[in-house]
Amino acid sequence: MSIHVKKIVKRFGAFNALREIDLEVGEGELIALLGPSGCGKTTLLRIIAGLETPDSGEIWFHGNEEGEVWFHGDDSKCQHVRERQVGFVFQHYALFRHMTVFDNVAFGLRVRPKSERPTEATIKEKVMELLRLVQLDWLAERYPAQLSGGQRQRIALARALAVEPKVLLLDEPFGALDAQVRKELRRWLRRLHDELHVTSVFVTHDQDEALEVADRVVVMNEGRIEQIGTPDEIYDHPATPFVYQFLGDVNLFHGRVSDGHAHIGAAAIQLAGHEPADTAVAAMFYTRPHDIELSHDGGGLEARIQGARRAGGVVKVRLERIDGHGAVEAEVPRESWEAEAFCEDQVVRVYPKRLKVFTAPETALAT
Amino acid sequence: MTSQAITLPRVYQVDAGPTSESTPFRRLLIVVALTFLAAFLWLPLAAVFVGALREGLGVYWEALTDPDALSAIKLTVIAALISVPVNMVFGIAAAWAIAKFEFRGKSLLITLIDLPFSVSPVIAGLLFVLLFGSHGWFGEFLAEHNIRIVFAVPAIVLATLFVTFPFVARELIPLMQEQGTEEEEAAIVLGASGWQTFWHITLPNIRWGLLYGVILCNARAMGEFGAVSVVSGHIRGLTNTIPLHVEILYNEYNATAAFAVATLLAFLALGTLAAKTLVARHLRGHH
Repeated sequence: MSIHVKKIVKRFGAFNALREIDLEVGEGELIALLGPSGCGKTTLLRIIAGLETPDSGEIWFHGNEEGEVWFHGDDSKCQHVRERQVGFVFQHYALFRHMTVFDNVAFGLRVRPKSERPTEATIKEKVMELLRLVQLDWLAERYPAQLSGGQRQRIALARALAVEPKVLLLDEPFGALDAQVRKELRRWLRRLHDELHVTSVFVTHDQDEALEVADRVVVMNEGRIEQIGTPDEIYDHPATPFVYQFLGDVNLFHGRVSDGHAHIGAAAIQLAGHEPADTAVAAMFYTRPHDIELSHDGGGLEARIQGARRAGGVVKVRLERIDGHGAVEAEVPRESWEAEAFCEDQVVRVYPKRLKVFTAPETALAT
Repeated sequence: MTSQAITLPRVYQVDAGPTSESTPFRRLLIVVALTFLAAFLWLPLAAVFVGALREGLGVYWEALTDPDALSAIKLTVIAALISVPVNMVFGIAAAWAIAKFEFRGKSLLITLIDLPFSVSPVIAGLLFVLLFGSHGWFGEFLAEHNIRIVFAVPAIVLATLFVTFPFVARELIPLMQEQGTEEEEAAIVLGASGWQTFWHITLPNIRWGLLYGVILCNARAMGEFGAVSVVSGHIRGLTNTIPLHVEILYNEYNATAAFAVATLLAFLALGTLAAKTLVARHLRGHH
């Protein structure tokens, strides 16, 4: 069961929410739509569900050989949201507040037309089975208001699964939960997906969540897809400066590339083999704080330590380049920080162990 | 939001605190408020019952079972029985449209819903006379087809409908806006039809607010004087509602009977207050 999204466009007034989105979600995949707020990820999810109508484009669903059209420009061939049989999990759960947990989960089965509706006994069996799956069968008679956030979200998931959805869509499923519950639930979601193998798409703005849970990550920005890839591909080989920036803290240096070296200020840094080594006039170099090495007299740029803050096993260091070209953030292990006896106002050498080079001048650097 | 499991009743602290006043001042405020209440509410209420029972239970009962009084009661109940359900349906529809959709003319609709509150009831009554009276816009047409609206039951129902139509809608709009559309969306994704969604999701979520609006709507429908007075023509036994009947009796210096019939309205008010309090308690607890 796969979904093909072709050239989907959606505008809200003058705002381009989605600009020609193409996306394929394969059978049994767990895909994350990742991006900052306003990038269009939730709109895309709601369009796949049928809760929003795109301005143009196509959505195809392939359950068997012959595909179903979910959306195709003209209304006549489109499937209404209630016919698509998707499971949708809302950020704020959207549990029916006046119904017990049991009735919430049973709802999708009870509203079926009489001919397709299972008997009450079958419904009961099915609901209890789902509640056991989400490990909350002991809460069947409670009301949503009596549950914690994490419990509510698991009930919402059980409710979505009750109709045996062809696709499971989750809109920031853990967005409203606190950090600890979030981490637990996302591991649990991954395990659940490995058990059920239902084709799933979830939206998140949390890069850790996307990288940890998803088979493939779709990074979106300003209504466009920046990159699609496995978490490793996305993290190790970001296609655009935006992706690099969005996945974690970064340092940006401007300079030149020649002879396999990056020339930044007065320093020349050897580039790894797979980076483009041709001569280019201008280039941008990105590096993560934890890929920066500090030393007293090694290679690299000269910078003055402005401040340092301990965070667990690492020390986060703020530096200012001596040549006046901006600040650098570094993360050094606590042992080396203490062994080298760094301190504030010292001038040290900053050496990026890994540099990501973008030779084409990119303007897509939001914020 | 749903995250609040229990809503505690508000407790107003009267002990020392930055916002509390000195004891004499507090006492003064309480005395002023209570005096005002006594003078303008309890005293008149007591006077109504005293006036009604001055000549004994027999006279009281006679005034209530007088054929004209019975017909006034019947007409009042009919007007309420029509206008309350109609305004309930209209109120739900208007609140639904306003709270859950964006459309052109939405702010105009919101303004229009409040119109009966901002217009004097007498003007509302006159409006129907202007439309349906013998010299009105539709007067000739109605006369030709032998349909009587003004100075007959239909005008009384129309006037009642007009003055009571904001109650349910105004009660539901903020409630539905606060609840949003997520639950409805969830129901539709799960395969529910529009009707199932309304019946199983929307309606249960607004039921206490709806009941609250209906109680207020009913109280106004039964107690309305101004608009109904203009269109009624005060025909005894035919076009008099309870408030109009009270007025007629009073103008005829039949004070005891007037007060006796007025007790019905007093009971209505007390019943409404009690029901309102009960429902309001649920409304707070069920958000």
